[in-house]
Amino acid sequence: MRPRSDADAAATDVLLSVEGVTLTFGGVTAINDVSFDIRKGEIRAIIGPNGAGKTSMLNVINGFYTPQRGRLTFKGEARTKMRPYEAARGGIARTFQNVALFKGMSALDNIMTGRSLKMRRGLFWQLLRHGPAMTEEIGHRRKVEEIIDFLEIAHIRRVQVGRLPYGLQKRVELGRALAMEPDLLLLDEPMAGMNLEEKEDMSRFIIDVNQEFGTTIALIEHDMGVVMDLSDRVVVLDYGRKIADGTPDRVKNNQAVIDAYLGVAH
Amino acid sequence: MLYREAGQFKTSYLADQAIFPIRQDRIGMAVIIAGAYLLTLTQNDFLLNAMMIPFLIFTLAAIGLNLLTGYTGLLSLGTGAFMGVGAYACYKLTSLFPDVNVLVWVVASGFFAALVGVIFGVPSLRIKGFYLAIATLAAQFFLEWCFIRVPWLYNYNVSGAIEVPTRTLFGIPVTGPTATAQTRYLIVLTIVAVMTWLASNLVHGRIGRMWMAVRDMDIAAELIGIRPLPTKLLAFAISSFYCGVSGALMVFLWYGGAEATVFNINQSFNVLFMIIIGGLGSLIGSYLGAALIFILPIVLRFVPPRLGLDIQAATVEHVTFMIVGALIIFFLIVEPHGLARLWQIAKQKLRVWPFPY
Repeated sequence: MRPRSDADAAATDVLLSVEGVTLTFGGVTAINDVSFDIRKGEIRAIIGPNGAGKTSMLNVINGFYTPQRGRLTFKGEARTKMRPYEAARGGIARTFQNVALFKGMSALDNIMTGRSLKMRRGLFWQLLRHGPAMTEEIGHRRKVEEIIDFLEIAHIRRVQVGRLPYGLQKRVELGRALAMEPDLLLLDEPMAGMNLEEKEDMSRFIIDVNQEFGTTIALIEHDMGVVMDLSDRVVVLDYGRKIADGTPDRVKNNQAVIDAYLGVAH
Repeated sequence: MLYREAGQFKTSYLADQAIFPIRQDRIGMAVIIAGAYLLTLTQNDFLLNAMMIPFLIFTLAAIGLNLLTGYTGLLSLGTGAFMGVGAYACYKLTSLFPDVNVLVWVVASGFFAALVGVIFGVPSLRIKGFYLAIATLAAQFFLEWCFIRVPWLYNYNVSGAIEVPTRTLFGIPVTGPTATAQTRYLIVLTIVAVMTWLASNLVHGRIGRMWMAVRDMDIAAELIGIRPLPTKLLAFAISSFYCGVSGALMVFLWYGGAEATVFNINQSFNVLFMIIIGGLGSLIGSYLGAALIFILPIVLRFVPPRLGLDIQAATVEHVTFMIVGALIIFFLIVEPHGLARLWQIAKQKLRVWPFPY
């Protein structure tokens, strides 16, 4: 009886489930029949060697790629095809492996842009920039300042992001994603190219986002130490296939995973 | 020393989100606007007619193109044609409904330009950069063809040109041969000032941020919920609106009549150069660029006679072209981001003066 009730509880808590997703580009199969789920409130890591299909997986969840086969269920709604802005509207936010900020704008404006969806006032009020439009703008500015405080980037809010060092750019990008108040936050290598101290800072932010805001997080990361410490559950991909899924401890000792990372003698 | 923000504390986000957060900037703006209005009192028709009115009209077109190219990152070579749509629309409207005030039609003609702009902006979803420029070039040539080949547009006038009728506002002629330079300047100045203010509001708010997001990283923009097509089409609409009003002003309050050639590809390039030199993505750059490209040659033409040099008018003309060309290259090398950036740097230096940093 117990396993069954466990399964039921898990099923109701699932935020996103990926079922049998296959994605091909011409003759190349990037993702091959992968299924996994992301539960509400957890930190889910997606790992695997280079070219395993991790980023493609995020792009599928995001709506950038439409899989040839398979189904995604987000918040109980099944879908096969959607546009990225629809995913955004549904509450999926994302950061990129190589920072994709709006380079010509200040850090503050970048994060403010993250709230575009939540702003309602139309062209007429925007032209006047007074009354309701300004009230709305100030309200969102207040929210954005909370995020700026949280990420400790108050000193650079007026700086054009193109001029910021890499670590801070990553932080601003996280801020922009947080400004959307997402239900599911996808982080594509949030710690790539960072030094130890920056990694520690970023890990702290990720844990805080997860615990304070209750945001569900799916992250891709190559630093195994970080992955094992942060994540609740790990899914391992290799050559587009899922080779392991489970808690960090179980995955760490999985023979297939060890083989994928270290190679096997033939 | 004078330009320093020390002691000016912002205690609310409202104050911090202001377009001119520094007091000196606000005073400076007030002085410039007051000065511009005081120019109406001058009896110098040449100053108003040959310099200020066209300068303001070109500025308006430059702002229009800047909203599209500088803020949204969509390169357009159809500016001349969109200005033409405004001019011809205004002409048709005022001929069909002569009782409605012409200034209403000047502004309303912008909506026609906006509509045409949206139609030619549809390809921008799929193509960008130089390829989009070519697509807008199609708009340029097609519309120019219409201005010549559709006689209905110029009321079957045998000359093929549009001639501006005399229209009055409160009994004072505002268009046509009897309108004074002062009246026309006052109208142009007011329209351009108000539209600059509206544009500034727009680019500092949600819509401006969405445009810049699409410009800087369209994939990330889409990902935070900005739908690319509506955003780009809105930019096309508003940009063309500005160009259209500018074209209507050009014919009705400056030239007094025009042929289709006024709105040819040269005009598009002219405005494009203004925003490149002035600064892409900057409203003040639109003013500075229009000033450099339009006013500088006129001023240069008056330097030799003032110095007592007896040079032939044709020579002056040629030398002026060379000097302006050289200056353009000079400015682009010194500051590829345009005069607007130079202006920013100057302000920054002024802020810390007399210390180096």
